[in-house]
Amino acid sequence: MSAVAVPTPRRVRARVRVWTFVRRHLLTAYAVLFFVYLLLPIAVVIAFSFNHPTGRFNYVWQGFTWDNWRYWDGVPGLRSAIVLSLEIALLASLVATAVGTAIALALVRYRFRGRGSTNLLVFLPLSTPEIVLGASLLTLFLNLNVVFGFWTILIAHVMFCISFAVITVKARLVGFDRHLEEAAMDLGANEWVTFYRVTLPLIAPAILAALLLCFAISIDDFVVTYFNSGSTITFPLFVWGAARNGAPPQVNVIGTAIFVFAVGAMLANVLVQARRSKSAG
Amino acid sequence: MRFLHRHRGLTPYLLLAPGMAWLAVFFLVPLGFLAYQSLQSGSIDFGYAFTWAWGNYWDAIRNYRPQFVRSLEYAGIATVLALVVSYPVAYWIAFRGGRWKNLLLLFIVAPFFVTYLIRTLAWQTILADHGLVVRTLQSVHLVAANGRVLNTGTAVVAGITYNFLPFMALPLYVSLEQIDARLLEAAEDLYASRWKAFLHVTLPLSLPGVVAGTLLTFIPAAGDFINAQLLGSPTNHMIGNVIQSKFLELTDYPAAAAMSFVLMTAILLAVLAYARAVGTEQLTG
Repeated sequence: MSAVAVPTPRRVRARVRVWTFVRRHLLTAYAVLFFVYLLLPIAVVIAFSFNHPTGRFNYVWQGFTWDNWRYWDGVPGLRSAIVLSLEIALLASLVATAVGTAIALALVRYRFRGRGSTNLLVFLPLSTPEIVLGASLLTLFLNLNVVFGFWTILIAHVMFCISFAVITVKARLVGFDRHLEEAAMDLGANEWVTFYRVTLPLIAPAILAALLLCFAISIDDFVVTYFNSGSTITFPLFVWGAARNGAPPQVNVIGTAIFVFAVGAMLANVLVQARRSKSAG
Repeated sequence: MRFLHRHRGLTPYLLLAPGMAWLAVFFLVPLGFLAYQSLQSGSIDFGYAFTWAWGNYWDAIRNYRPQFVRSLEYAGIATVLALVVSYPVAYWIAFRGGRWKNLLLLFIVAPFFVTYLIRTLAWQTILADHGLVVRTLQSVHLVAANGRVLNTGTAVVAGITYNFLPFMALPLYVSLEQIDARLLEAAEDLYASRWKAFLHVTLPLSLPGVVAGTLLTFIPAAGDFINAQLLGSPTNHMIGNVIQSKFLELTDYPAAAAMSFVLMTAILLAVLAYARAVGTEQLTG
């Protein structure tokens, strides 16, 4: 009854509701637009991997073909560049994650002299522009007359991956329940057994995340590699060289393949976590 | 094992040793070499000698001032654009994402899964002279009838903004996600309008994310040369392009080394100025 007697608040409330509706969907509409913008270049990359370019340049849509996928290594030098990129990424992510995990353990578990400077040294490479990282390493190798190639690239990649590995593993260790380790020790396990049977399984997801992150960063790196590769060609360097005279559509094929693989891995991770949190909750 | 037991204090140092040694030898020492190189004079044919050649620095600043200014300008504009563009989306995911949050975050980082150079080349295709985007902009007279977008400063800034967007969006999301919804309820209970609650509660609490995102975007953007190379013309070249060509094409190492240090100093000064403006506790916290 009171609603009839006092109509104004209701009209106000209705107006508020309309306004909220508009605003809520305005933000949603904006988010949709944002994602279109974000994903548009990816769609272009995928679409142009099926293009049938008539000339040198793969810029204009000419027609659909499976050929680029069928003859993905029809471009000289592409296969060896991909193989090299995979090798480097695999080795660099393994080494960087191993030493990075050790640093993270030391930083979270122990109070020791020089902790501050350790943190600083881990943080500094992240806040240095890539071009400076690449250039300084180049001057080191030049001055020591090191031959540029596989090893200089690997050294560079491990260097810039370490900090990412440390940060990833550290984040997990900070929220780690140390009572589990103490319990293991109380039950008679020594330090090594505790580490292998308790600590390692618990931080395994973080180690895996660090590995994947380092792998992704390494396989995508152009700038630092460009400075320290000599005449050796990784996949990004191949793209750079090819871009000067028009990149062949096979470059898009590889780009699409990497994208699909990476998204698949991430999606699997998201799904596993969702299932785990559902069963836990 | 017994050795470790007897010297427990050593354990952290043993854990640190390999990684720290790597960073020292391949990050710190090279910076020293870069400094050493920057004060040399001579030429690649007759060899370089260390002569405290401070002139390299003055030459770098004097001869390449436009490129330095352009680098900071492009990086600055791109950072602001990235912040403005991605804040509403980070907000939307944090507060409205619900159970789709992780999937939406996956969308945010999706560009990172396409090789940097390939996604920049894709922008070349999108912004090409007779492409859909340029024709649309021409039809609404935002671009002159015979005008272009590719090979202009606009394209370079757009490329940088796009390429570093996830660096901005992720920290923003993290800081927004941590906000306790009860604080916003409290603000509304105290008769704050939604807008006021945002301005006085949400925005200040998300400031750490803004600061982190800004730095993560600005620092790599200022040193970038790929966008200027692939999307711009030589009149849009940034200092990264100059450093790159001096090192790898002209082999003028001392000049390039000096420029690298000037770039680092310029970035550091910009970051310090920014830190003063927003307060240092935001930077470290």
